[in-house]
Amino acid sequence: MDLFEFQGKSLLSRTGVAVPEGRVARTPAEARAAAVELGGRVVVKAQVQVGGRGKAGGIKLAEGPEEAEEGAAEILGMDIKGHTVRVLWVEKASDIAAEYYVSFTLDRAARKHLVMLSAMGGMDIEAVAAQSPEKVVRMHVDPVLGLTNWQASELVYRADLDRTTARKSAAALRSIYQAFVTLDCDLVEVNPLILTKAGEVIALDAKVTLDSNAFFRHPDFEAFRDDFTPDPIEEMARQRDLNFIKLDGSVGIIGNGAGLVMSTLDVVSLVGGKASNFLDVGGGADAETITNALDVLTNDPTVRSVLINIFGGITRCDLVAQGIVTALGDLDLPWPLVVRLDGTNAREGREILGTVVSDRVVAAATMREAAEQAVALAGGH
Amino acid sequence: MAIYIDNSTRLLVQGLTGAQGRFHGFRNRDYGTNLVAGVTPGKGGTDLDGVPIFDSVAEAVDATGANTSMVLVPPAFAPDGILEAAACVGIDLIVAITEGIPAQDEARVFNYLRQTSDTVLIGPNCPGLISPGKANVGITPHEITLPGNVGVVSRSGTLTYQAIHELTIRGIGQSTCIGIGGDPVPGTSFIDVLERFEADAETVAVVMIGEIGGSAEEQAAAFIADHVTKPVVGYIAGFTAPPGRKMGHAGAIISGSSGTAAAKQAALEAAGVRVVDDPTLIGEAVEALL
Repeated sequence: MDLFEFQGKSLLSRTGVAVPEGRVARTPAEARAAAVELGGRVVVKAQVQVGGRGKAGGIKLAEGPEEAEEGAAEILGMDIKGHTVRVLWVEKASDIAAEYYVSFTLDRAARKHLVMLSAMGGMDIEAVAAQSPEKVVRMHVDPVLGLTNWQASELVYRADLDRTTARKSAAALRSIYQAFVTLDCDLVEVNPLILTKAGEVIALDAKVTLDSNAFFRHPDFEAFRDDFTPDPIEEMARQRDLNFIKLDGSVGIIGNGAGLVMSTLDVVSLVGGKASNFLDVGGGADAETITNALDVLTNDPTVRSVLINIFGGITRCDLVAQGIVTALGDLDLPWPLVVRLDGTNAREGREILGTVVSDRVVAAATMREAAEQAVALAGGH
Repeated sequence: MAIYIDNSTRLLVQGLTGAQGRFHGFRNRDYGTNLVAGVTPGKGGTDLDGVPIFDSVAEAVDATGANTSMVLVPPAFAPDGILEAAACVGIDLIVAITEGIPAQDEARVFNYLRQTSDTVLIGPNCPGLISPGKANVGITPHEITLPGNVGVVSRSGTLTYQAIHELTIRGIGQSTCIGIGGDPVPGTSFIDVLERFEADAETVAVVMIGEIGGSAEEQAAAFIADHVTKPVVGYIAGFTAPPGRKMGHAGAIISGSSGTAAAKQAALEAAGVRVVDDPTLIGEAVEALL
């Protein structure tokens, strides 16, 4: 789950990372009030779950409450890479002496944590990485040991951060790493991590992605969602534990397992159609899961036909078929269904499905055939 | 031969008394896998359909000589379960089926295992593996398999089944079929499995199924170019997946231009792998190479 900057900073401050004082604002008046409370120069910042807001004009420096209100009015409602700005973060402006870049993530190839640190932080870190890769220092961290003191110092020296404040920078790295591990983040990126003119090291921005698999030990993290404005169909799917992503075609897809569903999207595309969504019911789906999945798709007006592609392993095809039968009885399905069942209890599943087969419920023998039928029923697109 | 599991496998199931553990543990036994024990803390001394239940892996191994453990406990407890199994001398292979383990836990467990033991971990978040006609450890539907000489390795569970199915309906049997799992830190990589298939006298060709995200397929392609002499058929899922969105697996996400299906396909093709663009063509492609 991608967090807003202010949410990410609240997490960083839990492990001792210094962050500027600020307030959330949802209207220009609230931004003005925040500026009054904070006093002095403030920065008004768009809160979006995507990078590149600085270049898009989503950050404005304000000398006082007047300008904060004006800046807020300009930023609110702005579209940044498809995300509409609805929330702002107003914070005290900092006196910047140097801008660093630091990120912690998991390197899948090395299967260790990866730190990237640069003395050339700010908006153009991608350009720095592309043009002068030596300016971005990379180091692996053993997840068993964690980031050691000497590694934090070594990173600071190698990246050529300010030497007189090296201990403070190293301490900041260790605090950020602490947040990355103990708060179960997939990514923590601080760009910029600044050195102030007073010699303090402060996280001026935070891009934090949380691992939702770890929410069982951080029950308070669910509350972060309250600030988001999710797509209503995606939210409905999430509440039913379905992995759903809206796409722009007309063939609804329901399958089990991310790989098979991705593959189904590809095959639908190969036979000339376009999927309207990605919907993975996961492992061990039962009848209710399938009924729920069909119910979710009834809310999407772009769907013209639905392809259910199940290869049973932990999922049992007989339960999938029962779910389809229940949905046909309980829901008013506005489109035809093509169903392909293979794997665990497939024969039982096909027998159950056989009782309801019609021109609206088609049983297909193979994935390719199922895709062809579903595309044809959607009107060929 | 076959790899990792065969007739000498003595299986214990951590979580045998749970709904999934019971269903799949006994399906494995019905297939002929030598299921010797179950472990559920607090239920030691009981018996489930003829299989003795123990409180700990150590007690189960002492009493039954189990050499392989399948982990089917909930994600909050699975990392500890894997560490417990790895700490037992005698357990050579751990197959972790559990989905939803936090990535930080996976990273710690994987690195600790690599530093402290020779135990092989397959998974987590995987369907396990089957050596058709010999043993099934996991949730692969054995009905679709056929004993034979093609090795199958995949990051995706259901696509593994699809590939097996395409082989079987053409009468092409399999030596061992392995789902390595779609999580960020798989215990066993494509390369680990390819190395074993290359060394396995029974395996004559390999099917490898990847998906978008990460660089495991590119690394495997480099390994194939240098070390694999047997023919390999490949398939990559996710050509039409939008970038930047997580598609179920923590692994299935494209960031920037790296990890795209096209880049993976190109890397595999450059290594001499015959890559098909539709999983239902896997069987035909293998047939053509044999």
